[in-house]
Amino acid sequence: MPFKPVILWTDALVWLLVAAVVVFAWYVRRHEHLLAPWRRVARSRSGMAALTVLVFFIAIGLADSLHYRPALSGQDGKRVYAVEVLSVFDRIAEPLRTRKEKTYSAPLATRLYARETIELPDGGQARDYPRLKFGGAHLKDPNADRARDVAQHALRGAAAAAIAWLVLAALLCAWLARRHGTRLAGAWRAVWRGETGVPWAAILITLAGVLAVAGPVVMLSVEYHVLGTDKVGQDVLYQALKSIRTGLIIGTLTTLVMLPFALLLGVMAGYFRGWVDDAIQYLYTTLSSIPGVLLIAAAVLMMQVYIETRPELFDTVAARADLRLLFLSIILGITSWTGLCRLLRGEALKLREMEYIQAAHAFGVSHWRAMTRHILPNVMHIVLIAVVMDFSGLVLAEAVLSYVGVGVDPSMISFGTMINGARLEMAREPIVWWSLAAAFWFMLVLVLSANLFADAVRDAFDPRIRSRTLTAGRLRELAAQKT
Amino acid sequence: MTAYIIRRLLNAIPILIGVNVITFVLFFVVNSPDDMARVQLGVKRVTPEAIAKWKQERGYDRPLLFNGRSSGVGRLTDTIFFDKSVKLFAFEFGRSDQGRDIGYDIRTRMWPSLAIALPVFLMGLATYIAFALLMAFFRATYIDFWDVVLSVAMMSVSGLFYIIGGQYLIGKLWSMVPISGYDGGLDSIKFLILPVLIGVISGVGSNARWYRIIFLEEINRDYVRTARAKGLSELRVLFRHVLQNAMIPILTGAVVVIPFLFMGSLITEAFFGIPGLGSYTIDAINSQDFAVVRAMVFLGSVLYIIGLILTDISYTLVDPRVRFE
Repeated sequence: MPFKPVILWTDALVWLLVAAVVVFAWYVRRHEHLLAPWRRVARSRSGMAALTVLVFFIAIGLADSLHYRPALSGQDGKRVYAVEVLSVFDRIAEPLRTRKEKTYSAPLATRLYARETIELPDGGQARDYPRLKFGGAHLKDPNADRARDVAQHALRGAAAAAIAWLVLAALLCAWLARRHGTRLAGAWRAVWRGETGVPWAAILITLAGVLAVAGPVVMLSVEYHVLGTDKVGQDVLYQALKSIRTGLIIGTLTTLVMLPFALLLGVMAGYFRGWVDDAIQYLYTTLSSIPGVLLIAAAVLMMQVYIETRPELFDTVAARADLRLLFLSIILGITSWTGLCRLLRGEALKLREMEYIQAAHAFGVSHWRAMTRHILPNVMHIVLIAVVMDFSGLVLAEAVLSYVGVGVDPSMISFGTMINGARLEMAREPIVWWSLAAAFWFMLVLVLSANLFADAVRDAFDPRIRSRTLTAGRLRELAAQKT
Repeated sequence: MTAYIIRRLLNAIPILIGVNVITFVLFFVVNSPDDMARVQLGVKRVTPEAIAKWKQERGYDRPLLFNGRSSGVGRLTDTIFFDKSVKLFAFEFGRSDQGRDIGYDIRTRMWPSLAIALPVFLMGLATYIAFALLMAFFRATYIDFWDVVLSVAMMSVSGLFYIIGGQYLIGKLWSMVPISGYDGGLDSIKFLILPVLIGVISGVGSNARWYRIIFLEEINRDYVRTARAKGLSELRVLFRHVLQNAMIPILTGAVVVIPFLFMGSLITEAFFGIPGLGSYTIDAINSQDFAVVRAMVFLGSVLYIIGLILTDISYTLVDPRVRFE
């Protein structure tokens, strides 16, 4: 094989999560009462627009979660695999990853940011800004040609994006027309007049916005560093795109890790009451009384010591960074399950007094079955809301934690490490702003669309639940108030 | 009331014991003191003698829970658990791994923390309530809609960017105040303006939205309808009736953070170079000073529990329907 697949821990969990989502979606489709709230989500304009943006982020994150080690041309016919672990996304973005400059360069620049002594052809020396190795290297006279060339590339990208959008819109209308038995033009009119149940117009407009940015950027990134390069000359666009996976993993795996604890303990406390309730309440009161950041800091410090003193456990740097990411998710999960647990306990307390549970008891249904069959399905909407509302808080928390020094491994690209690496550059003259700006915009778009989608889900399932009462409250505190 | 408070304080004891056990397990069982010594000394120049010396200097060379070599009470007290964990109950924090007196550091460093956190807390509360009232007054109009959009956007921005942006704009570009640093006495004001301002602004998004929901809940109550039916103006309804009743959940919700004000805020203090407890914690994390982190975890838990008790008391003070049981 020309490559050797590598399944990192977080990859396995991510794909497990994807499988779970697929199974859940298939199950929901077959049950009308479960489908109804999702239909309400699908009718929310802001929610569906946000989802459209999220799909792009998720696609990049998933492509970045398929890892392999490429084969090197080994001697005497034996295959040797590289130590470096790459992902499918790395392969797609190969030019971005490999074309490293010497140091800083501004977005779309053709020359380095700093002056250097250059050897002239006639043997003399001069102080000047040297040309970049890759950025705009195809230009003969960058000063004169750059603006025209950039505009040309951008226009070509925009044109490609426009064609892609038109094709997608036409396909959508054809599908709608077939489904409702109308003509293509009728479907087109219905979409733009908002006569469809799902707000397709909002989705198409969002799609147009995303493509209008993505098209020119893709086209330009072939020849230029669209968002500049950082201190060691790495492309900032590449870093920002790689950060997406880290953010998504922190945001989703943490809740995945937390769910079993919160569900089992919360439902048990409310269902059994008595000493079980006392014990579980004691457990979560104790855990939640330790301030989140400090507990995380203490746990991560200890994990660092564990990893540093046992280097033999990890065969590649990626494996080590990955395990650290997983540990961070677990630690974040352990510190944040208490809010959801408390909420589930309250709900279970209420539900156990309902007639149908009492009827179940009368029929001699076991405790376990009563909990799993009769209580669990009736608290699932709370769990779902908690999962989506937590996501954005976790993405923000990652940046703060990485800044404090208890976040992801320094070798792992994340929004936190990007900000951390770039913040000192603000003091330079003229300032290096592009790393921060890239992290800012990518994070803002990701978190904002996650927030909007979460609001839509909450409104559809249970508008009475407030974000503060969920775990999100604690995480937001961590992200916002602890600053 | 006194009996209630005493009972609540007694309830806090098992929780603090739990916190202590958790930190003990985290710091001494997950990794042995040998591992900590190795990391502190650097993996390269580590010798068994150096580790033994490091442990002995810091009192980590004793057994964890039970010392068979001592006699009498010493079997239990001459252990790491007693020396490092039990003593925290008497607020004896001992020495940091760098050899400084943690108790003294905490006492001197909590004042700069308070100097930032208290103004942020008070001004923040006033600002968020004002914003939320504005949104509630213009509810279901475009002003309300765009305010909500603005607050969702504002809470989607990482707190780090508020600090970096504020430092750049106000400190560097407009040169109005120093970017970072701290000074005692009245001079400290010019160092405090920027962090306080940023602290308030970074919280507007989530808090104003949250308070708006509280206001809107109150606005649909019967007493508000009665007040309107009496012919009171909308402004009077809002300020005389709704505001007062909405203050109950807002104030009781805010009480829980009051003890925390001493702890300061990690990121703000680190960015602005303020010698408070927040930057103390960050420094400890970066230099891997386990003793300081342990002390701060315990202190934080104590303050949180005090905050919870204060919250319950404030409930009974502002809302006569709530009774002690």
